[in-house]
Amino acid sequence: MKARVTVTLKTGILDPQGKAIEGALKSLGVDGVASVRQGKVFDIELAATDKAKAEAALKAAADKLLANTVIENYRVELLS
Amino acid sequence: MKSAVLVFPGINRERDMARALKLASGNDAAMVWHADTALPAGTDLVVVPGGFSYGDYLRCGAIAARAPVMDAVRDFAAKGGLVLGVCNGFQILCESGLLPGVLMRNAQLKFVCRDVHMKIERSDTPFTRGYNAGQVIRVPVAHGEGNYEADEETLKRLEGEGRVLYRYCSPEGVVDEASNFNGAANSIAGIVNERGNVLGMMPHPENHVEEIMGCTDGRGLFAGLAQHLKAA
Repeated sequence: MKARVTVTLKTGILDPQGKAIEGALKSLGVDGVASVRQGKVFDIELAATDKAKAEAALKAAADKLLANTVIENYRVELLS
Repeated sequence: MKSAVLVFPGINRERDMARALKLASGNDAAMVWHADTALPAGTDLVVVPGGFSYGDYLRCGAIAARAPVMDAVRDFAAKGGLVLGVCNGFQILCESGLLPGVLMRNAQLKFVCRDVHMKIERSDTPFTRGYNAGQVIRVPVAHGEGNYEADEETLKRLEGEGRVLYRYCSPEGVVDEASNFNGAANSIAGIVNERGNVLGMMPHPENHVEEIMGCTDGRGLFAGLAQHLKAA
């Protein structure tokens, strides 16, 4: 089973990297960029075939390691 | 003083740290590998040194914080044992939940490697008894992620409970925006946990302990610890 965990900074947390990218996009003349927030994507292959078990494992992975829940949110998606 | 210095892959200040500890206490520090599950018997100080554990992958200190040896460190801290984390060690302690908050990218997005000044906020702790309250010392920093941040409530508690031990300041001791080179909340350079036995700090006191280093302002921290543990 393939899955994707997306980790993003919580709203209100300063994101200097996102700001720098935002500035670069604006200086490239890319139209209509209002703001940029940077995050991380983890593509994970699981041995499990049970959907509920897979989701529980991914949630554990995100809580224990992939995200620092002090400053980050995460989203778990099962892709196939 | 029987200290244990943790060694993770990618750490590079462990020898400097061991040298400073030996200088202060006369005893050799035990070097403890990250995969070990116990600390040497009789350990009374655990030091998490600086460097780039696991290449700073994922988040600085995130992977080291989940290493087997950290369970032993958590037990040790829960029993009141003294833990000191410097630079990457501070990041590891935050990631492991032993200290609140997080170290974010420096506000200017630059890696800063130079001497800075910090003020000792109080002298009645094992980590600061080698100094006077209000004293200003010069210490080197070398980090890209040292911008300490925590939610408002946590910051209020840290300040209210006197848990900010070190703050960036000018050479004259003025805490201002200009001397807060990494953008840390309230110019925080070092904090302790609720119980006061776990300290995390970004500057490297271990690199200012011998005349040949050009400054010995870092000695007080180690001398104070040695004195505290001798008395205990």
